[in-house]
Amino acid sequence: MKRYSVFAIAREAMSYHLGWERAWAAPQPKKEYDAIIIGAGGHGLATAYYLGKNHGIRNVAIIEKGWLGGGNTGRNTTIIRSNYLQDPSAAIYDKALKLYEDLSQDLNYNVMFSPRGLLMLAQTHHEVRGYLRTVHANTLQGVATEWISPARVKELVPIINIDGPRYPILGALYQARGGTARHDAVAWGYARACSAMGMDIIQQCEVTGVRSENGVVKGVETTKGYIGTKKLGIVVAGHSGQVADMAGFRLPIEAVALQALVSEPIKPCMDVVVMANTVHGYMSQSDKGEMVIGGGTDGFNNFTQRGSFHHIEETLRALVETFPMISRLKMLRQWGGIVDMTGDRSPIISKTPLGNCFINCGWGTGGFKAIPGSGWAMADLMARGEPGPLAADFNMWRFREGQFIDESVAAGVAH
Amino acid sequence: MSTRLAKGGRLIDRTKTQGFSFNGKRMTGFAGDTLAAALLANDQMLVGRSFKYHRPRGIVASGAEEPNALVNLGSGSRLEPNQRTTTTELFAGLEAASQNHWPSLEFDVGVANNYVARFLPAGFYYKTFIHPRAAWKHVFEPIIRQSAGLGKAPKDRDADRYEQAYAFCDLLVVGGGIAGLQAALVAGRSGARVILLEQTAHWGGRAPVDGDVIDGKPAEAWVKDALQALGEMQNVTIRNRCKAAGVYDHGYVLADEKVADHTPGDGRPKHRLWRIRTGRIIAATGALERPLSFAGNDLPGVMLAGAVRDYTVNFAVSPGDRTVVVTNNDDAYRTAIALKEAGLEVPAIIDARASVTGALPAKARAMGIRVEAGRAVVKVKGGKRVTGVAIGLQAGEGAVLDEIGCDAVAMSGGWSPVVHLWSHCGGKLIWDEAQAHFRPDPKRPPTNHDGSAMVTVVGAANGALTAAAALADVAAQMGGEAKAEAVEEAAMEPVWIMPQGAGPALKMKMWLDYQNDVKVSDVQLAAREGYTSVEHTKRYTTLGMATDQGKLSNINGLAVLAQSLNEGIPQVGTTTFRPPYTPVTLGALAGEARDEIFQPLRRSPIHAWHEAQGAYMEPVGLWRRPYCYPKAGESHEQAVHREILNTRKAVGMLDASTLGKIIVKGPDAGRFLDMLYTNVMSTLPVGKCRYGLMCNEQGFLSDDGVVVRLTEDSWLCHTTSGGADRIHGWMEDWLQCEWWDWQVYTANVTEQYAQIAVAGPNARKVLEKLGGMDVSKEALPFMAFVEGHLGGLPARVHRISFSGELSYEIAVPASHGLALWQALIAAGAEFGVQPYGTEAMHVMRAEKGFIMIGDETDGTVIPQDLNLGWAISKKKADYLGKRGQERVYLARADRWKLAGFETLDGSVIPDGAYIPAAGHNPNGQRNTQGRVTSTYHSPTLGKGIAMGLIRGGLDRIGEVVEFTKMGGGTVQARVCDPVFYDKEGEKGNG
Ligand SMILES: Cc1cc2nc3c(=O)[nH]c(=O)nc-3n(C[C@H](O)[C@H](O)[C@H](O)COP(=O)(O)OP(=O)(O)OC[C@H]3O[C@@H](n4cnc5c(N)ncnc54)[C@H](O)[C@@H]3O)c2cc1C
Repeated sequence: MKRYSVFAIAREAMSYHLGWERAWAAPQPKKEYDAIIIGAGGHGLATAYYLGKNHGIRNVAIIEKGWLGGGNTGRNTTIIRSNYLQDPSAAIYDKALKLYEDLSQDLNYNVMFSPRGLLMLAQTHHEVRGYLRTVHANTLQGVATEWISPARVKELVPIINIDGPRYPILGALYQARGGTARHDAVAWGYARACSAMGMDIIQQCEVTGVRSENGVVKGVETTKGYIGTKKLGIVVAGHSGQVADMAGFRLPIEAVALQALVSEPIKPCMDVVVMANTVHGYMSQSDKGEMVIGGGTDGFNNFTQRGSFHHIEETLRALVETFPMISRLKMLRQWGGIVDMTGDRSPIISKTPLGNCFINCGWGTGGFKAIPGSGWAMADLMARGEPGPLAADFNMWRFREGQFIDESVAAGVAH
Repeated sequence: MSTRLAKGGRLIDRTKTQGFSFNGKRMTGFAGDTLAAALLANDQMLVGRSFKYHRPRGIVASGAEEPNALVNLGSGSRLEPNQRTTTTELFAGLEAASQNHWPSLEFDVGVANNYVARFLPAGFYYKTFIHPRAAWKHVFEPIIRQSAGLGKAPKDRDADRYEQAYAFCDLLVVGGGIAGLQAALVAGRSGARVILLEQTAHWGGRAPVDGDVIDGKPAEAWVKDALQALGEMQNVTIRNRCKAAGVYDHGYVLADEKVADHTPGDGRPKHRLWRIRTGRIIAATGALERPLSFAGNDLPGVMLAGAVRDYTVNFAVSPGDRTVVVTNNDDAYRTAIALKEAGLEVPAIIDARASVTGALPAKARAMGIRVEAGRAVVKVKGGKRVTGVAIGLQAGEGAVLDEIGCDAVAMSGGWSPVVHLWSHCGGKLIWDEAQAHFRPDPKRPPTNHDGSAMVTVVGAANGALTAAAALADVAAQMGGEAKAEAVEEAAMEPVWIMPQGAGPALKMKMWLDYQNDVKVSDVQLAAREGYTSVEHTKRYTTLGMATDQGKLSNINGLAVLAQSLNEGIPQVGTTTFRPPYTPVTLGALAGEARDEIFQPLRRSPIHAWHEAQGAYMEPVGLWRRPYCYPKAGESHEQAVHREILNTRKAVGMLDASTLGKIIVKGPDAGRFLDMLYTNVMSTLPVGKCRYGLMCNEQGFLSDDGVVVRLTEDSWLCHTTSGGADRIHGWMEDWLQCEWWDWQVYTANVTEQYAQIAVAGPNARKVLEKLGGMDVSKEALPFMAFVEGHLGGLPARVHRISFSGELSYEIAVPASHGLALWQALIAAGAEFGVQPYGTEAMHVMRAEKGFIMIGDETDGTVIPQDLNLGWAISKKKADYLGKRGQERVYLARADRWKLAGFETLDGSVIPDGAYIPAAGHNPNGQRNTQGRVTSTYHSPTLGKGIAMGLIRGGLDRIGEVVEFTKMGGGTVQARVCDPVFYDKEGEKGNG
């Protein structure tokens, strides 16, 4: 792999940039691998990367039915934070955040991780108490967050309306280390690093079946033929139910559409990320200048990757009320992704009833921020066959046993 | 230079001049002008700077596909950034300013990027700014952010308002060109309810500009007649300035009507957002012209040929005195002819095709225009304005054969159908080799619920590019007779790069996406680096991500990508078409829901009284409830304490009208409630009340309240204020989806009744004073109710208590709510009655150890955790949540359970505090053993009291534990019984 740097750019510029090599190879599948990951989203690619980097397992294929990063990884609003309420969540999201902080250097690919600070507004007394609880919990978890006053909110977000007649802002939960990253770059950076380790990323290849013998996985049927493997990781987000079905087990997951939209680009007016859960909307400004906006999920199950308009309308009402100056901006584009929702709104990183087959899913509306931590924990699980402490609580049997890790507790949107 | 011609201009009214300003410079135009036309008429070709390299840019197009000519329109509370001049109607007093430059449009230091453009290819930022780590956040990113963005960020609230409306029809025709008009005529004559939308202020589309002849009449006249005929049809509604923005499932279409964009401040809403439900959509949305990719194709003065024709014919504006036309098709000859007819010079037509025959070229030649076949523009010369073109062989590598001086270039690379509305809901496209464009594949339409096609595409949008073909297409698909005279056109020839063999140096100057500065070389770089999926290419290069969303040049980009990959264009495919078709103002999408009416406000019948008393209100769902009633000079805290003490010592009144009230009635109602609640409600005697708990299927406590048996077959279920709608929905969910054969009827009557709690030692006296009903202990014991008249009002009086005091909750029909409240206030005066708010209610219930849904519960707590086992029937075979509660983890002995806490120093435990335990978990987090759930200063007891969950619960009474404090430190508290006040319950029972 040729290293990226400003010097490399200067060198290539002399030959009209004709000398750049592929960021990742386009191989044909081998007959067999030590491990196969289904799904080249952020979580699948990160799993492969840490399998190689942390565990030396490099004879790995990542199989993707479309183009890598084209699922939710390439559709999300890129909010990164780790101030979750429950211990297991805070642990894995904070692991992810720490890895994000060094990811550009680690991958030699600028993923534009930008800790611009993240605010979760409190607009009811109930919400205030909820966030105060989060601050206490986070302190014990070693995750720095703070409770800030309305005046400080206004200082951080000059465009906000803090004394709206309906839901005045009573304060906010603030994580200064939170922020955003460039979603495509996260997928591409991991893909490039995986490819450089000799792993095969096989795009345009759909897994259509899982083959097993005596309760142990043997390989996968794909649109490019059968491929054998010693271990299998299923990391397919919205399609987890279908692939689990191929592997012979069921998951407590529902697929629903989550939508987002961007405005036309304007000059910088908001540095931080703001989430307003009472009125249900959130917004940040991308480096390009677009206001990046999202809200809640659609109320029905769906696989179309588009949503219903009324959610867009609801979200915009909330945000025009919160940031009156955006009223004259224009919506440039709206889109949707299919998110995989569990009953407790927490992910699954788990062994499965099928031997040597592992699953990572259920990140729902908020898994972009988890990508490095999730990949780290999943690689550990796949390499050792047993979960480490980061993954242990996220096993799929918790639903049967009632050991939920309920994040919806902390009110509202879990992005 | 560009200028206004002495005569002509079908859309302008020369009798009405309109003054406007651009960058502070005063200019004039005519009524009917677009801002772009008026700017050109004032020789203002340079109108903006590009996004990345800050290159000088001029007007390219005449419609929605314009990438360059965006301005900050208006100022202050009417500032609108990124306004497209080509679709902005001119009005007197319009103020526009160009964007994305500093210090000025003419001299922009950002253009430095242009000089180092070679070092800033597609995706350069992924490869650099990596070290040192802190530099991205503190140095590079801020610089990038400053130089990115286009328009100014507004600072003020929007001065305008927006309206929303609904419409329903059988057929929605989108597009007011000849195909759309004819489609609407045919549909209208069939009697269908038709709505016809046109995004501009004018009807007829391209045909009148192109001088087509329809049914023997000039297009202009035909359009006029068509409009008149449509106007006479009762079943047809036509609406111009109204753009169909998005198509959603089940025939739902969003349309944005620009009501007052051109008459700002006239009192009308700025936009009206239409939500249309239609049986079928006819998309007659036309086609957009493509640029050609030659070096320097982005210089101000290089325009689309069709746009040049529009400006000349519609607005009598000549973009240049000498215009070179460059094309790969016959249509562009119409532009040359129109220019010539307007008395302007056309030094040459550069045609990439080796042989040029056909009627239009023949006409051009006959007019004396030089036609160069098989030729290419090798390079455009000029800086802030075109000064000439160098031409060479299209088949060559860029050797210059000749140079022609000119001040404008009109280019045409062919036309692409506008397929957005077809594609929003998944309609598929096919590649048309002959015309080199994607058009709708009639075999794979977006479908309705019944599998029928939701959208039909007619006319140019369907690839029928000429007037004759478009009307023939309408006739074929919809019937009707209208015909246009055919003008013979020779085949176009796809040209994706000009000249064909251009080397890398030229390719670095060929623009694809003008606004985002994506060049042919960038797309080729993406392909070289493996970003080969069209989505990867788009995202890596930002091709098609600008405000025109690729309308101008996505196809050109796809073609370059396909060539680089040695694949066919259809194999490469397109990116996804997403709504909206063109950007829609957020204010319009949000509608009228702002400020006070942001959400519907639910008011209790006593709401106005609370406000008049200066109550501090808090939102509870959509309700506003009095938090407390501060008197002059009192803090909220002081007010709350006063209200509590007064209630405990004398008597208080709470407006409890927001409490959910759901009637459950029917032969199976008792059985139903026994499933819904954890305890038994079917055995409740008529006239009695019982406290009940509801759990979700997982077993977690979700709501609580008092259930009242009204009659043999009807119950009244009280829910929490915030929970009423949710619980009603929950009941209906079970009745409609699971137990659909049970005979139960539910009605949410929350708003039908006002409910007032009168609580405190003097409560009975107040009611007795009011009179009309025996409210003695014997006649109305605790947990019973009676119906009758109180103070002359029909009332149902419950003996229930959430404060722990002797308490009556009186329900009256909502219309009597205020009267009752006032009567109680009057009657209670001598007994010291005062209203109390929600906060006093919270504190008093905490003093009594009563749980509060949302405080003691958070979706992870089961009734057993709250020592509410007594409210769970052991006898019942089943209830919702029972099996959930039997799961291993929910049945564990070491769950955190409810207890009371009193601080050793009398202080108040902080909200949300945890009780740490020794050691750390395997993830290095501090272990915990409990947390506070409700914590208050109790004015009754004069100290801090709390409820919370702690491992071991009441078993740990007497133990001292530590709670965390914000910012470090701990508070010590003793575990105790959560009932702090009147443990024996004598007061409430009294
Ligand atoms: C609109 C929206 C906004 C969001 N905002 C945020 C946010 O602000 N912050 C945040 O943290 N998270 C956010 N999320 C959530 C986040 O995007 C996801 O949790 C995360 O990207 C999931 O990554 P993934 O790798 O698991 O899934 P994906 O990226 O979806 O990857 C799964 C991959 O599996 C492939 N696949 C599926 N089936 C097969 C098969 N049979 N064979 C082969 N391949 C297959 C898919 O093609 C896909 O590429 C948002 C999501 C959406 C939709």
